[in-house]
Amino acid sequence: MIKGKFIDNLPKVYGIYTGGFLVFIILMAIAEQAGMSAKLIGIFFVAFTVLIYALIGWLSRTMQTDAYYVAGRQVPTVFNGMATAADWMSGASFVAMAGGIYFKGYGYMALLVGWTGGYVLVASLLAPYLRKFGCYTVPDFIGTRYGGNLARLSAVIVLTVASFTYVTAQINATGTIASVALDIPFGIAVYVGLASILMCSMLGGMRAVTWTQVAQYIVLIIAYLIPVFWISNKMGAGFFPHFMLADEVARIAELESQFGLGTVKNSAADLATVPKGLAGITKAHSEVNTTPWKFISLAVCMMAGTASLPHVMMRYFTTPSVKTARRSVGWSLFFIFLLYSSAPMLATLSKLSLMDPNLATGIIGKSITDVQALDWYQNWNQANLMFVSDFNGNGTLELNEFFMGGKAVVLATPEIAGLPYVISGLVAAGGMAAAMSTADGLVLAISNALSHDIYYKIINPKAETAKRLIVARVLLFLIGFAGASIAALEIQGILGSVIWAFDFAMSGLFFPLVLGVWWKRANASGAVAGMLLGLAAGTAYLVWVRNGGAGFWGVTQLTFGIVGSLVSLVAMVVVSLITKAPDAATQRMVDEVRIPSGKSVLSKQH
Amino acid sequence: MSKQAQHWEKTRNHLFITLAIWFVFSIGIFFFGAEMEASNFRPFGYPLSYYMTCQGSLGIFVILIFWFANRQEKIDEEFGYTEREGD
Repeated sequence: MIKGKFIDNLPKVYGIYTGGFLVFIILMAIAEQAGMSAKLIGIFFVAFTVLIYALIGWLSRTMQTDAYYVAGRQVPTVFNGMATAADWMSGASFVAMAGGIYFKGYGYMALLVGWTGGYVLVASLLAPYLRKFGCYTVPDFIGTRYGGNLARLSAVIVLTVASFTYVTAQINATGTIASVALDIPFGIAVYVGLASILMCSMLGGMRAVTWTQVAQYIVLIIAYLIPVFWISNKMGAGFFPHFMLADEVARIAELESQFGLGTVKNSAADLATVPKGLAGITKAHSEVNTTPWKFISLAVCMMAGTASLPHVMMRYFTTPSVKTARRSVGWSLFFIFLLYSSAPMLATLSKLSLMDPNLATGIIGKSITDVQALDWYQNWNQANLMFVSDFNGNGTLELNEFFMGGKAVVLATPEIAGLPYVISGLVAAGGMAAAMSTADGLVLAISNALSHDIYYKIINPKAETAKRLIVARVLLFLIGFAGASIAALEIQGILGSVIWAFDFAMSGLFFPLVLGVWWKRANASGAVAGMLLGLAAGTAYLVWVRNGGAGFWGVTQLTFGIVGSLVSLVAMVVVSLITKAPDAATQRMVDEVRIPSGKSVLSKQH
Repeated sequence: MSKQAQHWEKTRNHLFITLAIWFVFSIGIFFFGAEMEASNFRPFGYPLSYYMTCQGSLGIFVILIFWFANRQEKIDEEFGYTEREGD
């Protein structure tokens, strides 16, 4: 049912799906008018969408290796672009990005530049060549190009460290959203999230993940764009916010100076009363507020990390050809651009609606008791995402007396701006889709590397297909369970661990991958040295700085990938040059990879 | 020089041009954040520094990848390295 014909009918299938989802939103809006409770709407939104994903996962079940590992290599360009965009945009992008821009302004925008600019590296340096190679996983490329189990094993180690750091953050995000929307404790919600993730990936591997990710992209982009456009129009800020908010940005700057941003400082004793995790507006909205090096170093780490994260790279293994892999990167970035370019607009609209006394929603400058009596204030205060306090005792809410959690910008703005609750339910479903799709991709990347590269290629090369796929699924379950258990402990915030994942991936994999295609002289010993020393150096630097080390070159715990990848590059070049050049067969293999036509290096089923 | 070596040389030059453009908009211009902010060139009325971080550079990357893909396809075609259907 899902093969051949399904591929030809994709636009129709997803067209109907999108239409159905819009009808569902309208039905919910009608139900809200008819008096359905906010809580029930939230439950419907999350439960309905998750059930659809699970259904797609079940329909895509398979017992073939190339369907399980690379979706049969028949995913068309545009759809692979959507799936990659969902794979890429995590709970952090969806829930926390607008909040980061809201609080940190220009300095934070380095992440936007980095998380998009990295795709130029993916398209030009890696994706088409790895597609030509015909590998199932990223370590599969490293293992075959350089030869030897040690290179393969090192790649699996780096992949696991980077992806596992990332996946705990994503399972944490699914848990957060599920606990808010379904009103259950976080410790249980994490496992509800895990169950949803496994339902999407376990039966059909990459094939199932691909088709659920397309469905998840559609939900998350609708959920992100509707509120941005609606709020902008409601405020009269312009019907197409992306091109029309210049006046609003200027107005925020005006209000910032009027309200004494940066001149009125809170005492430490006052700040101690603010609940943990909440922050006030302390940085100007649009001013350049960081040094060039800080901005650029963070952007560079995110770009190189993008090009080294295996769950993104393996999406380009699923396209029918080299040419489509290359184009598909462009489509991926286009679909990512739709959300990323909207996040700063949401931050602007959110901030202005809270700050501007001329707007009905503005709270700064109003009496504290009035603000505390607002319904939405009480809701979000209870959810521990909002807090006001009259530090100077003048009865009026000042800019420095208002505190908010980063997630509130996305989650609470629709309610603050007076949109119906159905939009908040939609946003919860979108956040769930974003976090689930990334978690799916990551869990699959890790378990595929372990089942294909460790179990099949190293431990038991004679294993039959059925046995391989059972091992793959058992590992998938174990990895997901381990991720959820760590997520339940809530060690590191969502965004922090996401950034670390990029740095880990960059430290260990960036140069071994790039040089594998672009430098024929690179050999196995060099690659192993590059991967292991790069990862070790990056990790050591992180531990050092975390424990009070001074660091050097202005490299922080968010940009330790710079140190790791430089060590990796030097180690790889030096060790490659002092050891023997790769044999003629390997050189020929690299030549083969460099031209799009002809057979792939690895056979279709391997 | 063999056909394949020529193809690779063209591909490599194309990569360098692409990476040069990429470098300018992902790294180069951000050495001049303060200058961009003070600039009188304000796309859609936004300060230039703000605009480049929210839309400008991002949009340029999207266009750059499609341009890169188109030109690379032409290079592959020129040397007869285009994939056949069903490869």
